[in-house]
Order: sequence, then C-alpha cells, then structure tokens
Amino acid sequence: MIEFIKQPWPWYIGGPLIGLTVPALLLLGNKHFGISSNLRHACAICFPAKIPFFNYDYKKEIWNLFFVLGIFIGGILSVSFLLNNSPIQVNQSLVNNLAIYGITDYSSMLPPDIYNWEFLFSLRGLIMMVGGGFLVGFGTRYAGGCTSGHSIMGLSTLQWPSLIATVFFMIGGIIMSNLLLPLILSL
Amino acid sequence: MATEINNTDFEIHSLDATYANEPQIEHKLYSNIKYLLVGSIFGIVFVKSEVVSWFRIQEMFRFQSFHMYGVIGSAVIVGAVSVWLIKRYKIKTISGEPITFSTKKFNKGQIYGGLIFGLGWGLTGACPGPLFAQIGMGALVVIVILLSAIAGTWVYGKYRDSLPH
Repeated sequence: MIEFIKQPWPWYIGGPLIGLTVPALLLLGNKHFGISSNLRHACAICFPAKIPFFNYDYKKEIWNLFFVLGIFIGGILSVSFLLNNSPIQVNQSLVNNLAIYGITDYSSMLPPDIYNWEFLFSLRGLIMMVGGGFLVGFGTRYAGGCTSGHSIMGLSTLQWPSLIATVFFMIGGIIMSNLLLPLILSL
Repeated sequence: MATEINNTDFEIHSLDATYANEPQIEHKLYSNIKYLLVGSIFGIVFVKSEVVSWFRIQEMFRFQSFHMYGVIGSAVIVGAVSVWLIKRYKIKTISGEPITFSTKKFNKGQIYGGLIFGLGWGLTGACPGPLFAQIGMGALVVIVILLSAIAGTWVYGKYRDSLPH
C-alpha cells in the first residue's frame, strides 16, 4: 500500500484532491482559496513603505500564511516519507529537446540541472529564476490571483474574469515555453 | 488604515466591501492550526501529483501531456460542484458562520497581469503554491525565486497607479 502511495499520483487523484481544498477552506472559516496574495501579505507585513496597496488589515489574512507554511511542511513530509526514488517519466520529445540545452538529469521531478546554485548564477539561470520569479510576483498581483485563486477558486465560483485570467496565463506560458525559453536556455 | 477602495484583488476576501460589514466571530491565533493542516495535505498532494515539477509544466505548455490539464480540470470540477452544494444547501462554516461569495469586477489586469504571470510561470515552472513545496523538498535555490516574486509584487504595488487597469 505504501509502495502504491510512493508512486506518482495520476491526475484523477491529485486533481480532485486539490479541488477539495476549495470547500475545505470555505467550511473551515469562509476562506477563499488563493496563494499569491501571500506575496502581498509579505510586503504588507515587512515593507509596506506607505504604499496604499500594502495598507490593509493583513491580520485578517494570517490564516493564509499558515496555509503556505503548511505547503512547505507538506513538501518536507513528501520527500521524507512519500517518494520512491524512480526517475520522473517525461515525454520523449521534451527529453530530446531539453538535451540540446544540457538538461539531462531526470532523477528528481525538480530538474537537478536547473535547481542548483551554479545554474542560478549563470546568465540563463538568473533570467529564469530571478527574472521568472519577478514576473510571477508582479503578474499574479496585477491579475489579482494565480492559478489557485483564479483558475481553481475563480472558475469554481464561475467568475468570468478568472476565465480570462486563466486564458492569458496559458497564452503567456505557451509563448514562453515554446518561443522564448529555447532562446534563453541557449545563452 | 486605508481600506482598499479600488480592490482588484480576487484573493483577499476581507477587502470586499460587503464582507467587511459582516459580523465576525473573533478567532484566536491557534485556530489557524487547521489551515496549517489543510496546507500540509495540499502540499503533499502538490508534490505527489508532480504539479511542482518544472518538467510537467513544460509538458503542459508544449501540449506534450494531458496530466496538468487533467489536474486543473478535475480540480475545477470538484471545486465548482462543492461551491454549488454549499450555495444550494446554504452550508455554514464549522463555527456556524455563513459562507459568502462576491462577484469581482473585471479589469485589464487579468489580461496584462495574466500574460506577465504566464511568462514567468513558463520560465520558473512554478506558480506561487509550488514554490513553498519546492523549498520544503530541499530545493533551496527556490528561496531566491520566492524573494524575487515578493520583489515583483512590491514593484507592482508601488507602480500600480501608472499601470492600465
């Protein structure tokens, strides 16, 4: 049984479980699922700098900081107890394509060729991690939510702005992944 | 303390004008432990479903696998059905408070911000949620991604009034 759990979970197990987070948070305290707002809370708590956007009663949102602390703990628990050590199975076309850029290690679902300090301090690493992170933080707040807040919670509550946001999330990702990332990885 | 007049945030429920006026029970800090628990389970699901994997996100954007579409799609269906049930049966929270929803107005942030986030998502292979799980998994370089994401949010907050909404 534990060996079964240690395998990667298929979408029809993971997806519904993720979906259950929506009612779970509502039932626990009328909390609306959404993660990128924590980036805003971090700014409001640590560096509000008299900026109106960071001037709000963040104490009402402390629950969300506990939630993402939980995600962090979930990460720890997973690697400690719930993963087997098999390499991740990835589409062969992607494998072939990534090999061109020196990404060949599939021993972890987080590519070891990318998630290391040496890569981070290379030009392409800085663009991907620092640049990419910046775009994520800027874009999610500009859009008013991320995949959790818009694509899952927003669509679950049938908000059409969330549908628009989700569409543009995908367009951005498709452009980056297919057109721009190959250029960046070639640096 | 200036309350958000121009609320473009879909994720901070307490900023909704209607919600702010509702009577609320005072919750103690330790009652937040339940959110820690739900978050932990959520984090485990994220990792086990490989949602945190840069490879899976690339596959998604290159249409090389159904997996991520299946995850998001089935999550939305489960979420939507549960919201419908909550509304239909007027289900309350475990403390007996009403569960409230609000309709958010569209603004151009969904388009421009959406594109910008999508570009970042394609680069990092992670939306905000996975970042926390990845750090827990031991990918400490992700701390840098998280810090630059916070920086990105801060810059947005600072220049928000000059951006098209």
